[in-house]
Amino acid sequence: MTATAEKKLHDCRDAWVETLVELGQADPRIVAVVNDSVGSSKLGPFQSEFPERLINVGIAEQDMVGVGAGLANGGKIPFVSAASCFLTARAMEQIKVDAAYSEHHMVLVGQSPGMAYGELGPTHHSIEDLAWLRAIPNLTVVVPSDPEETRQAVRWAAQHDGPVFIRVSRMGVPDVNPAGYEFAPGKAVTLREGSDVTLIATGTVVSRALDAAELLASRGVSARVLSMPTISPLDKDAILAAAAETKGIVTVEEALTSGLGGAVAELVVQHQPVPMRFVGVTGFAPTGEVGWLLDHFGISATGIAEAASEIVGA
Amino acid sequence: MTVEEDLVPEVHVEDVPQEAFTVIGRVPEGATREEAIAHLRAAARAVRGRDIRMVRAAGLGHIGGEFSVIDILVTLYLDSLHMGPELLGDPDRDRFILSKGHAAAALYTTLAAAGFIDPDDLSTFMQPMSQLNGHPARTKIAAVEASTGPLGHGLPIAVGTAIAGKLDGSARRTFVVTGDGEMQEGSNWEALMTAGNHGLANLCVIVDRNRLQQGARVADTNDLEPLPDKLRAFGMEVIELDGHDHGALRDAFANVPAASGKPTAIVAHTMKGHPISFMSDNVAWHHKVPSAEQVEAALTELEQS
Ligand SMILES: Cc1ncc(C[n+]2csc(CCOP(=O)(O)OP(=O)(O)O)c2C)c(N)n1
Ligand SMILES: [Mg+2]
Repeated sequence: MTATAEKKLHDCRDAWVETLVELGQADPRIVAVVNDSVGSSKLGPFQSEFPERLINVGIAEQDMVGVGAGLANGGKIPFVSAASCFLTARAMEQIKVDAAYSEHHMVLVGQSPGMAYGELGPTHHSIEDLAWLRAIPNLTVVVPSDPEETRQAVRWAAQHDGPVFIRVSRMGVPDVNPAGYEFAPGKAVTLREGSDVTLIATGTVVSRALDAAELLASRGVSARVLSMPTISPLDKDAILAAAAETKGIVTVEEALTSGLGGAVAELVVQHQPVPMRFVGVTGFAPTGEVGWLLDHFGISATGIAEAASEIVGA
Repeated sequence: MTVEEDLVPEVHVEDVPQEAFTVIGRVPEGATREEAIAHLRAAARAVRGRDIRMVRAAGLGHIGGEFSVIDILVTLYLDSLHMGPELLGDPDRDRFILSKGHAAAALYTTLAAAGFIDPDDLSTFMQPMSQLNGHPARTKIAAVEASTGPLGHGLPIAVGTAIAGKLDGSARRTFVVTGDGEMQEGSNWEALMTAGNHGLANLCVIVDRNRLQQGARVADTNDLEPLPDKLRAFGMEVIELDGHDHGALRDAFANVPAASGKPTAIVAHTMKGHPISFMSDNVAWHHKVPSAEQVEAALTELEQS
């Protein structure tokens, strides 16, 4: 149905671990902290090369984030990596206090987020993470959309002196950023120019927004596509320009719409009110595989195009 | 040693079991100990056989931890629990919580064997809109007392149900099964402290002590030992037994509430993947999905078990 179907899909965890190993080779301060999640974080290669620098606290997420903060205090650069659902839901106060409030240089890596765990159900989905984390001051929240962006975000976080959350997808995604792309924290990326409506998408579903723009073009609607790799802080200028230059905004995310959608709406409603539609997850998912669930919630080219059509009246 | 995780399902619709799974029912009233054990053994064999085929068909599941806990589940539901389909709304029913919710397929199959869910529904395991989710949800299945999946939730909830039972002066008991890796979660130790201090004799915690977690041995990850001593220090009456011995399990369950007035903690020594030779005690089988040939080999071994 969509162009994505024919493109090569990548598990961004591969880019994440390759980059971490490179960073580890260059800087002995780089350590990984995990919760029995070596396999699910694809950290095998890092563990083989630096067995002492991988701290596995077992199934204990609060301990994991606290230990990470202590390692940062001890001069290490910890990458705390676990399934995003457990990392964020279980250790939220450690993220708030030990990472963000304390302004520790530590990187929280939320693996397999959104509904990647499909039929394992809502306990294993991480749809709340964007809404929760954007509510925490001082925390940079990065949601890469493809392997190259994942690589650059991990490198940037290693040298950024502050707490960062990076959401690493395992659901296959195509490359969406142009050759020579450079990730800049807090900056949106214009992937497609357009004048009627703007689609603002993040992470795993940026490719679906691009497919929707294609679909809209075939119906004579010109859609701008902004990829938003940083949810907090937001690229206010790019969003307000889109609000001023097009008829309205559709946000697209593999998360509750109170994540990216809520963040964009808070800005737009104050400074440049325009019609908006929110494409994302709207409740606890029924049983189903991730692709089926995305379609179920309308996070598809057709669902996004439909939301855009409501705005432009086409 | 660690294993690479891959929970991306490869569904094998052609392998969905077509023939009906039969309700096995409880150990008959008045059965001798030997008869009861024979009933439970046969039931456990049937549950394992169906479980492995469900996991194969869904392309997802946690076969290792399912096979380690099935004897415990079958003994509880088909014998020890004061709980049956007719007692679902009864406030005085015994409560059971599977805290290690990743063994959902084992729970569903046992619930079907005990008549709580329609055996025909087993073929919908993890299919779109199925009530049989990858982790048990209390909103989807009446017999499920607590939604689990994230580890470290069941025991605190069990402590709450036990306190409520005590407040009501009810004779009902609460049983909860945790994984041994799961005992690394601090919430469990917070709950045990509460259980000990409240003298919850109506509570029984069963630790499925298979010595393996997701990626490695528990001892090589963040060791639990000396587990029995720790449980004792938290005020538990501790029993160690072979978690595949139906006789030992039913005797231990019959002893709850303990005469000492303390909560009971059973350290059930088990093997992940039991009794299949190529799965048993092998960390690779935490959530590996068997090939069609491996299912056949396992079914043959089960027949002989
Ligand atoms: C809070 C939380 N962290 C991580 C996981 C991922 N996980 C699922 S099963 C498992 C290993 C469980 O090991 P154990 O408790 O020993 O269970 P068993 O060996 O009986 O399968 C892990 C880490 C989880 N479900 N919940
Ligand atoms: Mg275990």
